[in-house]
Amino acid sequence: MAGLELLSDQGYRLDGRKATELRKVQARMGVFAQADGSAYLEQGNTKALAVVYGPHEMRGSRSRARHDRAVINCQYSMATFSTAERKRRPHGDRKSTEMSLHLKQTFEAAVMTQLYPRSQIDIYVKILQSDGGNYSVCVNAATLAVIDAGIPMRDYVCACTVGFVDETPLADLCYAEESGGVSSLALALLAPWRTDRSAADGRQAPSGPLRGSDRSCHDSL
Amino acid sequence: MAAVQVSEAEKVYILHGIRDDLRVDGRGCEDYRHMEIETDVVSNTDGSAKVTLGHTAVLVGIKAEIGKPRPMVPDEGYLEFFVDCSANATPEFEGRGGEELGTELSNTLYKVFNNKHSVDLKSLCISTGEHCWVLYVDVLLLQCDGNLYDAISVAIKAALFNTKIPRVHISADDEGGKEIELSDDPYDCMRLNVENVPCIVTLCKVGHRHVVDATLQEKACSVASLIISVTHKGMVTCTRKVGGGSLDPESIFEMTEAGKRVGKALHAPLMKLLQQEESLGKKHQKVGFLG
Repeated sequence: MAGLELLSDQGYRLDGRKATELRKVQARMGVFAQADGSAYLEQGNTKALAVVYGPHEMRGSRSRARHDRAVINCQYSMATFSTAERKRRPHGDRKSTEMSLHLKQTFEAAVMTQLYPRSQIDIYVKILQSDGGNYSVCVNAATLAVIDAGIPMRDYVCACTVGFVDETPLADLCYAEESGGVSSLALALLAPWRTDRSAADGRQAPSGPLRGSDRSCHDSL
Repeated sequence: MAAVQVSEAEKVYILHGIRDDLRVDGRGCEDYRHMEIETDVVSNTDGSAKVTLGHTAVLVGIKAEIGKPRPMVPDEGYLEFFVDCSANATPEFEGRGGEELGTELSNTLYKVFNNKHSVDLKSLCISTGEHCWVLYVDVLLLQCDGNLYDAISVAIKAALFNTKIPRVHISADDEGGKEIELSDDPYDCMRLNVENVPCIVTLCKVGHRHVVDATLQEKACSVASLIISVTHKGMVTCTRKVGGGSLDPESIFEMTEAGKRVGKALHAPLMKLLQQEESLGKKHQKVGFLG
């Protein structure tokens, strides 16, 4: 029954989009003067703010410094008013820690860390409003922020969340679709077709959504 | 707060300038930096506002939820404050680093609003002793460039002005209990009267004079500051002295008078601006962070 609501017979979704249509993307770089790099990105109703500090000397334990590359430190947090129901803790819960780890691994592959040995790059992402596709919007905003900071990257990192309903992949899920029992896949790609990171939720054969999300990532680029 | 290193020569320069009523950026001792206010930035909330004061950026979101009133005052609703010093402002706030400052800021906000006149809490009551509106005021610090208290208080006032609380109808259900129905109409809402909401003015003692709206460099040259919250009539709701130095009682009196003067002058243009923005209604183009 979930399939009937999320995708109508004419091929329209809950918010009137077609299956492969992305939400409206608006972005701005250089939002904050004090940070080394910053970017604000909106995808539909999901709004994220990414700020980059670095590369700078290792803060905290010097022993964690790598002799041949920079250490990337990410923190993902959500504003307490970002979700429909107020969140008590902005960060520190399991979901945020997991997201921070995903972001770290994504950017470790994309940023040319070997150019900055023994230093640290901080990427902080804040979700101001959450309406689905949080991880993807974070990755996109963080890419822009890293570019704004002037840190060399191998290529743009683009991400998109895809769901699978009735044998049809739906690109760029909103919150209603994500919570409607749809299996979803979030994919972050470097432009030349190599998968950086992917995280799948739900039980589905990955081939269909993978092809669909590949296409949507290229659309969002 | 983000620490700034200031050399001795710079300190002397700032001190001498302030002595002659001329600050580094050309302002007088009682002038504010350029302030930008925008309301209704986050559509998920019942009221929101974004304030940029120089380089300090603050975002406030207000969510109204139905809760149980406090046992001491069963016919009033209440406000809950939470200040989130995000890592965006400075890497020192990562993880739990910003908790100390956040707790200090929210405790001060509780003190500022802890009186009968700032917000009409009786209007937040739904049914005495059982249900009331609880306003969760969440402050998000995005950039720190000194003078956090002032920016936060202006943002809270703007967000409270923007808050739309849905109207509630109470009906008795079959078992004799009360059933609460929220009005479906998005325009059928209750607005708060923010005339008496105070604004906080921070005065930093630099040398023998005090300055309003100090930047981080000026703060580094000051030994102590006075935080004073003033309503539009010039009434003081809370006063606090912060900083490691000590203040002469005469200076405190002078600073309080200056604070009252500056605070009183802040309210009228703020209300005018908020009403102007409100009157533009749908025609108003939302800028948010994109502008």
